[in-house]
Amino acid sequence: MSLMHVSSPHVHKPVSSVEQVMKQVLLATIPGVLVLTWFFGPGTIINIVFGSALALAFEAWALWLRGKDYKTPLRDHSVIVTATLLCIALPPYAPWWLIAVGIGVSVLLGKHVFGGLGYNPFNPAMVGYVVLLVSFPLQMSSWTEPRGIGEVPGLVDAFTALFAASSYDAVTAATPLDLFRQNSGMLFDDLMQSRAELTGPIAGLGWDWVNLAFLAGGIWLLRQRIFTWHAPVGMLAALTICAALGYDDGSSTGGGSVLFHLFSGATMFGAFFIITDPVSSAVSNKGRLIFGAMVGILVYLIRVHGNYPDAVAFGVLLLNFAAPLIDQYTQPTVYGTKKVEVDE
Amino acid sequence: MRQIFDIHGGIHPPERKDMSNPGWVRDCDMPSKLILPVTQHIGAPARPVVEVGDSVLGGQMIAEAQGPVSVPVHAPSSGTVTAIEARAVPHASGLTDICIEISLDGKDEWVGCEGLDNWRDETKAALLERVRLAGIAGLGGAGFPTAIKLASDRDGGIHTLIINGTECEPYITADDTVMQCFAQQIVEGAEILAHMVGAETVLLAVEDNKPEAADAMRKAAEALEMAEVVTFPTKYPSGGEKQLIEILLNSQVPSGGIPADIGVLCQNPSTAIAVRDALIDGKPVTHRITTVTGMSLKDPGNRRVMLGTPIKELLNTAGFNADSADRVIHGGPMMGFAVTDLDMPVVKITNCVLAPTRTEIPPPQPQQACIRCGMCAEACPASLLPQQLYWYARAKDQEQLERHNLMDCIECGACAYVCPSHIPLVQYYRSAKGSLREAAKEKVRSDNSRARFEARQERLEREAAAREAKRAARKAAAEARAQAGDDPVQAAIERAKAKKAQQEAEQ
Repeated sequence: MSLMHVSSPHVHKPVSSVEQVMKQVLLATIPGVLVLTWFFGPGTIINIVFGSALALAFEAWALWLRGKDYKTPLRDHSVIVTATLLCIALPPYAPWWLIAVGIGVSVLLGKHVFGGLGYNPFNPAMVGYVVLLVSFPLQMSSWTEPRGIGEVPGLVDAFTALFAASSYDAVTAATPLDLFRQNSGMLFDDLMQSRAELTGPIAGLGWDWVNLAFLAGGIWLLRQRIFTWHAPVGMLAALTICAALGYDDGSSTGGGSVLFHLFSGATMFGAFFIITDPVSSAVSNKGRLIFGAMVGILVYLIRVHGNYPDAVAFGVLLLNFAAPLIDQYTQPTVYGTKKVEVDE
Repeated sequence: MRQIFDIHGGIHPPERKDMSNPGWVRDCDMPSKLILPVTQHIGAPARPVVEVGDSVLGGQMIAEAQGPVSVPVHAPSSGTVTAIEARAVPHASGLTDICIEISLDGKDEWVGCEGLDNWRDETKAALLERVRLAGIAGLGGAGFPTAIKLASDRDGGIHTLIINGTECEPYITADDTVMQCFAQQIVEGAEILAHMVGAETVLLAVEDNKPEAADAMRKAAEALEMAEVVTFPTKYPSGGEKQLIEILLNSQVPSGGIPADIGVLCQNPSTAIAVRDALIDGKPVTHRITTVTGMSLKDPGNRRVMLGTPIKELLNTAGFNADSADRVIHGGPMMGFAVTDLDMPVVKITNCVLAPTRTEIPPPQPQQACIRCGMCAEACPASLLPQQLYWYARAKDQEQLERHNLMDCIECGACAYVCPSHIPLVQYYRSAKGSLREAAKEKVRSDNSRARFEARQERLEREAAAREAKRAARKAAAEARAQAGDDPVQAAIERAKAKKAQQEAEQ
């Protein structure tokens, strides 16, 4: 026998790998994707499948260009997570080129220019999303009407929209956050009564269920210890506090209710699937709490006072810049370094 | 019930302790030869006092301590010294060291051992000397000279003695077995230790996965009023000295300090027995109880082994199947190191020899990129940020490594255990610590030479200034004399003139 000379520890936690972590994140998106599909049709699923295939191709190409092994890293599923998160954020009936540009930017500019997995300072999916949002505002705001108001598109519609956008009759509708931003003159409660899109049990129709589903997936991930509670709680708490402070009994220029903010747009998706990206966020628990809280504040400010209906992507990217600074000031107290008070 | 406290982080690896059947100990077959390294402890190597060809008896000192931080080595049985040369020794870096090889004659003849009739009458210094001469070094795995540890009570003294029977490493059951079989001797040893350092409380710490050991200790502890058995939840690495102190006393050893700084002394149960044997029976450390386990063995278990027994012979006693193993581990699976040569001997720190099969402990998986998931930080018992230390270690950023307290890492391996990217984190930290120590030494060296240079410079300047002052003084004196009219040159000329005039006058 030849003796293997390896360093301690010799044992490793069973079934723990990057691949496993990524798989769990993908599994956790299922409830949210299913609810999106129920309310808006199969567009999101088609996007995810198409986007993931493209992402794998881009990743392999980038690895090949960089002279790296381009087969093994494909198995870690990280690029599929990026593609899935981006495609969930995209409108469900986006044309193929929009998805291709988004995935290309995410994988190449968001990830590989910095050195690939683990080296990206920004959340790759949000880099792709923001580039699309500022470049193609029209396509990026084309959401369809949710089930209960209009006809939910079918598979044929989905493929037509994807590959032959010009022959697809898009029925676009404003999202609750769009309606909220465009509101002028209506009291908040009146606004919520005025349109069918805004009359869900908690917040906007469909969107409250979407948020609940992502919340459920997120709590499952939390219980699987994929991430700690700090970033999501920080973001949701900050958003709650901001909304509560900004709520002025629902005047026409007010900030909207707490429930409206918590269960609209990308709140829960952002809190549990975007700001929890470990690579680009702060490292310590305290740091992640601050990171999440700052995103929450930015989301509120941009939603209420900014030019865009939702703001998770902007908030996350801005805080990605700040993460190293947060790390600098939030180092945990190491064993034996606690300041001891000396009794006089 | 005594209140216990929790530590940050920690992990729960599969324990696999039943395999080695704790609570039952057998003698290992007598080997044909022993290989005794002169360094089985932390500190200066012992110096051989025998020569090749000498006959030695069991219990005879064959190498003496050199300097204060050192312990002697004794022959575990009778025989002839057949070699004194460098051999492979158990060490994480696979080093060789001077070893004394003894061919045993099988008679197991011993020197006479004289114990103390009443150790309470002796001075602390005399007791310490006996501990030192008995060759006792921490038998839990660290190997720090026990006499030094006992002597280093800082101001305020020691108030609590902890007998650390945690044994949180998977597989190992040596302490468990010692506690079950020799509880009375442990308590006697603890009493002596407490007496020596002046401790008022003795805590016998046992993890709650060893109920039999805890019961045995409880029974034995009835004989010692200040002793108390404390059990606490099983979690790795609760047995780390610093972690155990936090669990039992809710206080932390200051960074860079030792438990004595906060009035605590920790000792392993086997070390307590060794101290007892040295004082009461006058016996040096020549044997130890070692767990021999792993699925590559037909008959795993705890063995009483002579120090110096080649690991190969110990494994063969337990029915070793060399084909199913591709590594043999000295120590436990979390902190032990891979044995590079099976002729390597069992030494004072060998608490376990583990021979797993390939399926039991598979080869390490390829390393992937760090995704900064933070699972390592959740597992770290020292509240470090292992993911950051990893980046800084790779970047060789010594300033940040120090700022992130690399030196407080206890190398328990909890971070690497949970790392989904299979990064050998501990290996990075060991190497980075080495560089930090090197840099600190380098700094001392350069500080010293700077101080020397500056001192020399100052001396030269001082001497130059002194010379300058002397010259100035002479000049000033000469000028003063010239002004006063007594110019010596003028005076000499005058004298010469006068003399000449006198001579002329005489002619």
